[in-house]
Amino acid sequence: MYAQQVDTGAKRLKNLEEMSPEERHFQEKVDAEVRIEPKNWMPEGYRKTLIRQISQHAHSEIVGMLPEGNWLTRAPTLKRKLQLMAKIQDEAGHGLYLYSAMETLGADRDEEIEKLHRGEVKFSSIFTYPTLTWADMGAIGWLVDGAAIVNQVPLQRCSYGPYARAMIRVCKEESFHQRQGYEILLTMMREGTDEQKAMVQDAINRFWWPSLMMFGPSDANSPNSAQSMAWKIKRHGNDELRQRFLDQTVPQLEFLGCTAPDPDLKWNEETGHYDFGEIDWQEFFDVLKGHSPCGIERIQQRKSAIDEGRWVRDAAVAYARKQEQKAKSAA
Amino acid sequence: MADWTLYEVFVRSKHGLNHKHVGSVHAADAQMALENARELYTRRSEGVSLWVVPAEQITASAGDEKEPFFDPADDKVYRHASFYKLPPEVDQM
Repeated sequence: MYAQQVDTGAKRLKNLEEMSPEERHFQEKVDAEVRIEPKNWMPEGYRKTLIRQISQHAHSEIVGMLPEGNWLTRAPTLKRKLQLMAKIQDEAGHGLYLYSAMETLGADRDEEIEKLHRGEVKFSSIFTYPTLTWADMGAIGWLVDGAAIVNQVPLQRCSYGPYARAMIRVCKEESFHQRQGYEILLTMMREGTDEQKAMVQDAINRFWWPSLMMFGPSDANSPNSAQSMAWKIKRHGNDELRQRFLDQTVPQLEFLGCTAPDPDLKWNEETGHYDFGEIDWQEFFDVLKGHSPCGIERIQQRKSAIDEGRWVRDAAVAYARKQEQKAKSAA
Repeated sequence: MADWTLYEVFVRSKHGLNHKHVGSVHAADAQMALENARELYTRRSEGVSLWVVPAEQITASAGDEKEPFFDPADDKVYRHASFYKLPPEVDQM
């Protein structure tokens, strides 16, 4: 998920009898699928959890532009460059939709971005991996955006109105991302040299497991997951979504003529799903702790983008004031 | 963003339809808000017209539905066409 391991502050779920009248009224609304809007009463835990989840999600969209930006100047054709640029612009847009939704909860955008830069808030583990070849642009579009879609589709029915509505717009745009990614890989496999085909397989080998990790560890015993499910800001378990992604992805992998770096991956006639091997969760937790190939570099890039862009923002404010003055003196 | 105004954004998706709220943008002035809103909310021809309004200029009814603000409408069933029972011969009205 783009938001991983979001803390809800809950040790266990309260039942309706234990709740205050306001809390009970709130929970009954959520249970009845009535959307919660910014000015409605909500438990403090719900507000804080949503801010954590949405800010992490927004940061991931923004940081997610960096691994792709790495290839913008080296895209193989003008067409590919324009497509990649459009995709990256969409990611900026997704980040902004999400920051807007977060602000309706009373959170301050600058402050949340500061928290990211201080390492107090995370972004998705997937964007800490380097993009080494052009095939990585295909693998990211196909696998990473594919996994994001599986995660985000249920969030269109999230209990918090502004978040759900942002997700509807995001999901509409993601499908272009996934298809353009797959088309990059398909073109390389069909028309490429042996070296280029090997590049595709190598990109898949590197992004396969990190994509499966995006859904987060099994949440069978997590009080955070149970609380998020009760609040309907999470609608399916991590394992369920991971399986859904895998089941739809493996046939696409086979169509490409590539393989997964998982000897245990095979169709299970009985369950009607693909079985797969053990995920290396140590790698996932290491990445979250900051022990990752590009984690620190990504944050530094974000910081310098803000610092070096300051003069543009200052100029915009100065220009706006000047225009205001002009309008006044003309009147 | 703190020193930039928050603008709410409304898009008319097609000629003949009303403007609909889609989200918000921060901007240094209204013109910039329009341009930011165009880049953010109409990248795929989603609109033919845009409004941006400073969020602080909007006056809203109280948020919670328990609020009696809308009560006056609840006890006036005679405002609905279905209240008036007519014989089958003229019920197509």
